[in-house]
Amino acid sequence: MTDILDPLDAIEKLEPIEDIGGVAQPLLKVNGLTKHFPVRGGPFAPSKTVRAVDDVSFAIAKGETLGIVGESGCGKSTTARLLMHLMPSSSGEIIFDARQVGRQLSLRELRRGMQMVFQDSYASLNPRLTIEESIAFGPKVHGMADAASRVLARELLGKVGLRPENFANRYPHEISGGQRQRVNIARALALSPRLVILDEAVSALDKSVEAQVLNLLVDLKREFGLTYLFISHDLNVVRYISDRVLVMYLGEVVEVGPVDEVWDAPAHPYTRALLAAMPSSDPDHRTQVPPITGDPPNPIDPPKGCRFHPRCPFAEPLCSGATPKLTELNPTGHQAACTMAIPGSGHSRAPAKEVQNDVDET
Amino acid sequence: MTTMTDTALQSAPATPARGYWATVGRRLRRDKVAMGCALILLLIFVSALVAPWLGLADPYQGSMIRRLKPIGTPNYLLGTDELGRDMLARLVYGGRLSLLIGILPVILAFGIGTSLGLVAGYVGGKLNTAIMRTVDVFYAFPSVLLAIAISGALGAGITNSIVSLTVVFVPQITRVAESVTTGVRNMDFVEAARASGADAFTIMRVHMLGNVLGPIFVYATGLISVSMILAAGLSFLGLGTKPPEPEWGLMLNTLRTAIYVNPWVAALPGAMIFAVSICFNLLSDGMRSAMDIRN
Repeated sequence: MTDILDPLDAIEKLEPIEDIGGVAQPLLKVNGLTKHFPVRGGPFAPSKTVRAVDDVSFAIAKGETLGIVGESGCGKSTTARLLMHLMPSSSGEIIFDARQVGRQLSLRELRRGMQMVFQDSYASLNPRLTIEESIAFGPKVHGMADAASRVLARELLGKVGLRPENFANRYPHEISGGQRQRVNIARALALSPRLVILDEAVSALDKSVEAQVLNLLVDLKREFGLTYLFISHDLNVVRYISDRVLVMYLGEVVEVGPVDEVWDAPAHPYTRALLAAMPSSDPDHRTQVPPITGDPPNPIDPPKGCRFHPRCPFAEPLCSGATPKLTELNPTGHQAACTMAIPGSGHSRAPAKEVQNDVDET
Repeated sequence: MTTMTDTALQSAPATPARGYWATVGRRLRRDKVAMGCALILLLIFVSALVAPWLGLADPYQGSMIRRLKPIGTPNYLLGTDELGRDMLARLVYGGRLSLLIGILPVILAFGIGTSLGLVAGYVGGKLNTAIMRTVDVFYAFPSVLLAIAISGALGAGITNSIVSLTVVFVPQITRVAESVTTGVRNMDFVEAARASGADAFTIMRVHMLGNVLGPIFVYATGLISVSMILAAGLSFLGLGTKPPEPEWGLMLNTLRTAIYVNPWVAALPGAMIFAVSICFNLLSDGMRSAMDIRN
């Protein structure tokens, strides 16, 4: 497909923003990210706040894919929008490759380094612009000449598997959902980002098209040396594409760890329920008992202590007391925020403290 | 690219894509009513424009002996008015002023109202409140009353009636522009544009304008007929053009004394106003449905 085009080196493109911290420095470090939406009550009711994202901290290493899973309304997309600074955060700091956003790194630079692909492929393309114009918009904003940006746009169309001569002058409503999502990926890549946030980027596609786009994402990651933050509610997809996975519940991180480890040994009962809820293709392993009951509580007034305790089958009185902290379970970086996983927490199922401590310190 | 197995990707036909406006134009051309109206309007426009070269009688030259001739009188095809001036010439020449004060205020208000509404809708927050509440103050007055009040305060004259009509239409267009903009602003492609690091002005110019202009344009076209009628009303009240200037509203006013003597001639300027405004209305209806493209 690329034989009809100039080699990539000959094409003017934006230089990616420089790598500062080296391999040891995480590409993105998020500390205590919080978003509270004020909800105005009636004239006599007190004003309340929705705790959409509450004290979320995580890091993404260079070159890895971090998956974020959780049910609808748990704050996945809000987190993505906060990272892109599409909405102001209530508090928390975001460090992009050793530079704190807002201090050492300007918003404009951040947006060169970090791009996002949205779920709704149609709504995220301007219906009045051709595909080429949509892709070329970003580079032009960052100072590239019109002609050069169009050449780059066509080159990128080829990279995402769309023939530029067929698609460059088309409008979004003339192409299919899968093709549109490829265009959105090309648009995100046009700024030579190092981190791409994929916010339910394949969720709205047919299964067969979804698989193709996932493969494309894997290819592009290798070719451009990208790092992905992959947000999805589809656990199979997350397992396929992610190196590590982060589980969110009601605006908080409940578990994070290498994807295989979380799948094989989930430490948080919510993760366990989430994995049990996956439909099995084996008729002998039908899910007979609902793994979790009830609706997620209202984020306006989240439960005290562990937010999962009203739905948790193992809840004990101490769970409604102090909020369990995200605690390291083993040296592989598997962390969970559950009293059952924290040694010596006082929960009847918690591991004994001394043994665990010895293991940790060796 | 070796893992690519999507054969459908290559199957899109290579025909050049038609732009949005080209599609709208094609749909509009298929609408017989709208095209008929456009034709009538074009005829009136062109004849008003080239009036001096049509070999018409002098629209200012009156004669006491040939006053109020009926329609069909030889040499005076549409009769004469109360001062014996040729009605055909006065109607054609009258189109120049009438169309000017019918259309110019809408064009001015379109420019001002779209800018205000776009900024209010995109920026939102306190600026939105400031702009929209100010606009609401003007919106609270009935438009005829507001036009008369401003015209009365500024004094009679063509410029003043254009100014007053512009002030009447700005709030209406601003409201439409603001509501359309608010709808478009929350779409993902605007978020994506913000995520690319573009500033507010660039986003408004490249991404918002093209998506909000259509509905506002249709609304503004519909306002032209209102503007013609208001302008005629102002002239009728003596706040717009002054005699002996030919202008449809003013002609309607001066001929009303002849309504019992020669009703058909007296009705002619009104018929012109009616024809132009209904044509603009039907044309804007046609555009509205032509723009309503669902993929």
